[in-house]
Amino acid sequence: MNDITKQPDSAIELLSFRVGGQDYSVDIMSVREIRGSAKATSLPHAPAFVRGVINLRGTVLPIIDLAARLGLETGQDTERNVIIVVDLGGRTAGLMVDAVSDILAIPTDEMQPPPDLAADDARTFVSALTIVDGRMIRVLDLNAVMPPQGEEAA
Amino acid sequence: MSDPMAEIRASFFIECEELLESLQDGLQMMDDGESDSETINIVFRAVHSIKGGAGAFGLNDLVHFAHRFETAMDEVRTGRFVPDGEAIKIFFACADVLGDLVRASRDETPILDEMTAPVLDSLERLVGMEEEVEEEVEFVPAGIALDLGGLGDLGGGMGDLPPLDLPALDMPSPDLLSADGLPEGSETPDVAGDNDAQAALGKGFKIHFLPEPALFISGNEPLYLFRALRDLGDLTVRCDTSRLPAAEALAAETGYLSWSLVLLTEEPETAVRDVFEFVDGLCVLTIEPITNAALDGSMALPDLDVPSAQIPLAPGDSAETAPVETIAAEAPPSSPAQAAPAALPDRLAPGAAAAPIPAPIPAPAAAPVAPPAPIESAAESTEPSDAPSREAKNAPTQPRATVRVDLERVDRLVNLVGELVINQAMLSQSVTEAGLPANSAVSTGLEEFLQLTRDIQESVMMIRAQPIKSLFQRMGRIVREASAAVNKDVRLHTDGENTEVDKTVIERLADPLTHMIRNAVDHGLETTEKRVASGKPRNGHVTLTAQHRSGRIVIDVSDDGGGINRPRVLEKAIEKGLVSPEAQLSDGEIDNLLFLPGFSTAAEVSALSGRGVGMDVVKSSIQSLGGRIAITSVEGKGTTFSISLPLTLAVLDGMVVRVAGETLVVPLNAILETLTLTDDDIKQLGPETHVVQLRGGFVPLLDLGAELGYRTPEQSYVGGIVLLIGQEDGHRAALVVDAIEDQRQVVIKGLEGSYGRVPGIAAATILGDGQIALILDPMDLISQASGRTKDRSLSLSHAG
Repeated sequence: MNDITKQPDSAIELLSFRVGGQDYSVDIMSVREIRGSAKATSLPHAPAFVRGVINLRGTVLPIIDLAARLGLETGQDTERNVIIVVDLGGRTAGLMVDAVSDILAIPTDEMQPPPDLAADDARTFVSALTIVDGRMIRVLDLNAVMPPQGEEAA
Repeated sequence: MSDPMAEIRASFFIECEELLESLQDGLQMMDDGESDSETINIVFRAVHSIKGGAGAFGLNDLVHFAHRFETAMDEVRTGRFVPDGEAIKIFFACADVLGDLVRASRDETPILDEMTAPVLDSLERLVGMEEEVEEEVEFVPAGIALDLGGLGDLGGGMGDLPPLDLPALDMPSPDLLSADGLPEGSETPDVAGDNDAQAALGKGFKIHFLPEPALFISGNEPLYLFRALRDLGDLTVRCDTSRLPAAEALAAETGYLSWSLVLLTEEPETAVRDVFEFVDGLCVLTIEPITNAALDGSMALPDLDVPSAQIPLAPGDSAETAPVETIAAEAPPSSPAQAAPAALPDRLAPGAAAAPIPAPIPAPAAAPVAPPAPIESAAESTEPSDAPSREAKNAPTQPRATVRVDLERVDRLVNLVGELVINQAMLSQSVTEAGLPANSAVSTGLEEFLQLTRDIQESVMMIRAQPIKSLFQRMGRIVREASAAVNKDVRLHTDGENTEVDKTVIERLADPLTHMIRNAVDHGLETTEKRVASGKPRNGHVTLTAQHRSGRIVIDVSDDGGGINRPRVLEKAIEKGLVSPEAQLSDGEIDNLLFLPGFSTAAEVSALSGRGVGMDVVKSSIQSLGGRIAITSVEGKGTTFSISLPLTLAVLDGMVVRVAGETLVVPLNAILETLTLTDDDIKQLGPETHVVQLRGGFVPLLDLGAELGYRTPEQSYVGGIVLLIGQEDGHRAALVVDAIEDQRQVVIKGLEGSYGRVPGIAAATILGDGQIALILDPMDLISQASGRTKDRSLSLSHAG
């Protein structure tokens, strides 16, 4: 299960997870915790990918349905959905994903920029690509995922 | 460890802010025509104290400016110069610049000549003083020592600054004190002579105080004790140096001095003992009441060596106190002696100040006419030691005691109390779910817990509250600057300055209020010529008032200008395409056009406009505080902007309702009443809208679930539950909900920090079951839904 066999000098650790049938990952330094899914209180006039907010030990945590955000097909909500709580520039949000898979240490020179492909929705959310055991792992650009600050429908 | 110097610096700047405030107050009073010497002194002292403190920190620019200002004020103080309105304006400007310099020094930003030169020039023209460069240079080093010594006596705020007067005044070593027998600041040691005469006039105590070495080791300082005594009454101090050995035998760590003090005071003995509370057991202390009889004897100087009169300060040790009582009883039973002890308990009993310590009131025990019963009962009914100390704190000579606390600590407390409230709600819920009877011990206990939680919460909130005065004073400056920029004569009136508001609210109000004041001066008031032409006084008036009104704070900014020129506003709005030309708008609706983004009526760009901020920004910043803004205007009479804000940003009383499967909280203060709809109540208005007929009036019906996008409008609302919502401006609306669940206090958790603003939603809260519920912003919801003034098209699409 654990792939950390050698730890090169310049490597970053990624938390990989599955969402909408694809492999994604985020820098582990921005992950605060992983928790089970909980019933979210939906927000009026919110974009479809914002599931709502949940109570994370007294703070209000917005939940983003990552599959919806990335334009992937959203499966049925199951008990096994997990929420990855990520920290980004002082703001905290929960990313709802299918399952967390692994922690990977990837040497920085094995990271590739995403190729300039067609205007696919998901592309703007990927900051880098890498290959682990023949699987392509996308590194999520958290800045692009978070709903813009001060979003006002009015 | 933090740098102690930095702390002293920080407290100096805090003191400065207070001094600047009293400076403003003083100038305002002068401006209002109260140029008595006390007012002028307040102003002078404030400037003087800032100069003194600045000198100590080597803030030369600040010292220079303050010195010039002070010199001018001195001219006023001595009566050589009588300020007129113009002069006071310049003084105000000086005070503003002084404030700028203080802040610049605090933030260590460079102080430029441009900041001070113009006001100094006008100050010079005013008072006609010469450059005193030579003197100023000399002054700086001298000022340090001089001012520090003087500050303690001034008592004008700076006296509280402990580190500053330390070097000059406090010499902790008893040996040093003996040099002149007395520490500075106490009375002269000339006891015997006039003491008799004074003592005969009133009551008091003879105190003999012999510190043990442990007293000094534990860091106590007799001087402070004596100062505290001095606050109680007329104090005479005499130092006994007889035990002082020859220099070679002197052990530095042993105290050789003792003091005999005579305190003439009306305070009870407990108050005197309280002064020595912290040196309890560290000294030999005798406190004897002075009676006239005692004075008749050889009282003038207490015989220090009488062993029976020496008791260690150990409350409750009644055996030791016995001799004192004996002494009192042995006093010749002349009539004054009897009168004195009889009067003593009389004075004590009403204040419940009698402490159950046997020692403090020896007289009643011995006096034949002593009525001990009331004292006993009073003592039993109050906490033992609290009452007297409270009384001591209320002594009139002492300023109100305050503590400076880091705001972060207060906020932590606020958060914790918030968690406590949530926790309490969870507990209540589980007790209810457990099916315990309402009269069970758990339920009643929980009830009390609820009460306590509320009390704690209110107290904590009060810590954060502070008078709005500081904000209003800043507005005074805005008015002065703005009126000078547009060449209008404007006076600012403030009212309700002591209204207390949450600190965050005050901070976040500054910007919108500044803008509104500028607007009032620039656009609200007519030019002086126009005013004169229309028969109004030359001076324009801007009034700023704050008051509490039904759980909210209402701040009004009004001017006595020409009022809103509605035809022009409408014309402008149509021109900018904000309203369709056919629209029929009421006066109120036209007024509210001012809040539309990008709206500005100023025909010409003045020095104040063109800042890129409009009333829409004001409105949204008020809204982000959970507040609302309303506008009223009377043609030719003026315009009033009314801001209504919640008292606190942390909790609110809400009604928990369910709509389309979601739980929502509606602020209780917005709900006028709740009712169930019948077929007769509902009337269809347009193709898609309904109104509720209510006691002869019609109120628009809004489906909360549909407004929030949770569901499509229902087929029929008969039997539905509605909340009647009342708005500040008198508008009402009926919100349909599915069920009303509860009414409770909820803790506000902001959404904007984590997610962003949600229309119609003020914030979120956590309910007893741990779920998040959204707190409705009914006014926002209704204004969006009814399409008044804003987002007409959007709201129409909502409704459709």
